[in-house]
Amino acid sequence: MITETKLLSEHYDNPEFKGIEGYKKLGGYKVLGDALKMDKQKIIDEVKASGLRGRGGAGFPTGVKWGFLPKNDETRYLLCNADEGEPGTFKDRKMMERAPHQLIEGMIISAFAINSPKSYIYIRGEYDSCIEACEKAIEEAYKAGYLGKNILGSGFDHDMDVYRGAGAYICGEETGMISSLEGKKGQPKLKPPFPAVQGYLGKPTIVNNVETLAAVKYIIRDGADAYRKHGTEKSAGTKLFSVSGNVQDPKTVEVPLGMPLMDLIELCGGLKPGRKLKAVIPGGSSAPVLNVEDCAKAKMDYESLAELGSMLGSGAVIIIDDSNCMVDILATIMHFYHHESCGQCTPCREGTGWLNKIVHSIAKGDGRLQDIDLITKVAEHMMGRTICALSDAAALPATSFVSKFRDEFEFFVREGRSKVKGGLNA
Amino acid sequence: MFELSEEGKQFVKKELERYEDRYSAIIPSLYRVQKENGGWVSDECVAYLSQLMDLPEADIYEVFKFYTMFNQKPVGQLHVQVCTNISCSMNGGRELADHICKAYNVKSGEVSSDGKVTVSRVECLGSCDTAPMMQVNDRYLENLTPESALEQLKSLESEL
Ligand SMILES: Cc1cc2nc3c(=O)[nH]c(=O)nc-3n(C[C@H](O)[C@H](O)[C@H](O)COP(=O)(O)O)c2cc1C
Ligand code: SF4
Ligand code: FES
Repeated sequence: MITETKLLSEHYDNPEFKGIEGYKKLGGYKVLGDALKMDKQKIIDEVKASGLRGRGGAGFPTGVKWGFLPKNDETRYLLCNADEGEPGTFKDRKMMERAPHQLIEGMIISAFAINSPKSYIYIRGEYDSCIEACEKAIEEAYKAGYLGKNILGSGFDHDMDVYRGAGAYICGEETGMISSLEGKKGQPKLKPPFPAVQGYLGKPTIVNNVETLAAVKYIIRDGADAYRKHGTEKSAGTKLFSVSGNVQDPKTVEVPLGMPLMDLIELCGGLKPGRKLKAVIPGGSSAPVLNVEDCAKAKMDYESLAELGSMLGSGAVIIIDDSNCMVDILATIMHFYHHESCGQCTPCREGTGWLNKIVHSIAKGDGRLQDIDLITKVAEHMMGRTICALSDAAALPATSFVSKFRDEFEFFVREGRSKVKGGLNA
Repeated sequence: MFELSEEGKQFVKKELERYEDRYSAIIPSLYRVQKENGGWVSDECVAYLSQLMDLPEADIYEVFKFYTMFNQKPVGQLHVQVCTNISCSMNGGRELADHICKAYNVKSGEVSSDGKVTVSRVECLGSCDTAPMMQVNDRYLENLTPESALEQLKSLESEL
């Protein structure tokens, strides 16, 4: 039987875990006590040794990122990225709703390691329940002496606050988030300088995803070696996957990195009766789509998905069965990126506009055959030449949909309707 | 002339002190203004905030325009935002949006004639496991059918 490996999600189903009393009863804040007695560098080394990679999308090694902070006593900030805007992703929301203290404990440990006096949890504006849960948990943590001055007698001071976003996917991009927190438009900034050197208010800043920061707690609790026992050589640990689309039991699951995609689908109840698998978007809407042949080979870790030309991204797995029209789905994705482009860079602003227009004209039955190649051409011009990765994130799925499901695009152009029964115009 | 309540003014004052930089108070203050102004922010509100916060109007205006959660025109008392992103669309989200628009006789983005309801289509709300879903004001309504959605809307309407 395929089962989950629950570190971060072990107590999700226990409503007591949400409040500080229940959290403490189940071992909460013990790791913080131990961590505060450790050497700061030792914590960073342990996180490095664990192989933990950022769970927000880019997969950058967390310990290495922390190591980029300047070695001086300049004030540095820790920002938790809880903007969770990548279509298909809902794992961070679950964590904040069900286990806010686990995130906060992970954050205090991380803040201690990088010697930061102040952190923010930047939560997307729509997530009312998360904002409420985190604010309450922070208040409880202050009362219990886990936040504020001289935490648990360690001499370490730390303040934490919540900041509510206001509806902009681009604020999930780390420099966009920093702009937003600074009270400006959430427009990304050119890197370098990287936030670790010059971030929030020009000060060194570490931005990490909710899941990344929570995982730090478990790495310190169990040690890097034990953490590495989960997952593969290069993709260590467990990962929370947000599985949705055409599975019988869509949900968040936690499994070791490297699990075969087909097992993950089975873990979520498999497909609906009578349906066949057609495609999977394995890492949020920015990740290139996999066809059935890819799916059979795919393992859910950073390297395996990269080998298949896709990526693990935020771990949002969208299962697509044979009742869906791929032209239609790409149209939805292109609408999203066009809507969310912040407009600073010409290739992104114009490119997302064009892609949206072309794909929609095909999906209306007004496409021409040359439009199919035009999609790829426009996408090529959007890659690698913009301030942030949104432009690439729009271009990659476009190219992959067209190359893997070309027959559906051609059919739509020729017949003016979807190849799929019940699809658009069909 | 728009003016915040005493409580609202106190809130803005506190927010101005809460963060490292006064500018960070703009977003929370816009939220407050929107709440007290019946769900949207007018140009007049922005001018008022600029005075109250002692920050340039242009800077507040720029922030106001950038973020989709600040409404630039009046909305109904129930702001119904139906997700039509990938997983919701795959599970009937677009049909759900159409159904609700029809029931209230509005187009996407319009306010119903009685001022009670605005229906809009929005991007992924991070609840794809309970697709199709929608947000009504602050609340998430999940695992919907066209019928169950209307039923829940009716009961929210009766609470107004
Ligand atoms: C357009 C765009 C949107 C992003 N959205 C998110 C997001 O919602 N949440 C997140 O954690 N990271 C997001 N990221 C990645 C962040 O820029 C950053 O890499 C991440 O927060 C770093 O944390 P990690 O190393 O722990 O993953 C986004 C990146 C881009 C380019
Ligand atoms: S790539 Fe797009 S979203 Fe990113 S900064 Fe440029 S215009 Fe804005
Ligand atoms: S697609 Fe609708 S909530 Fe994510």
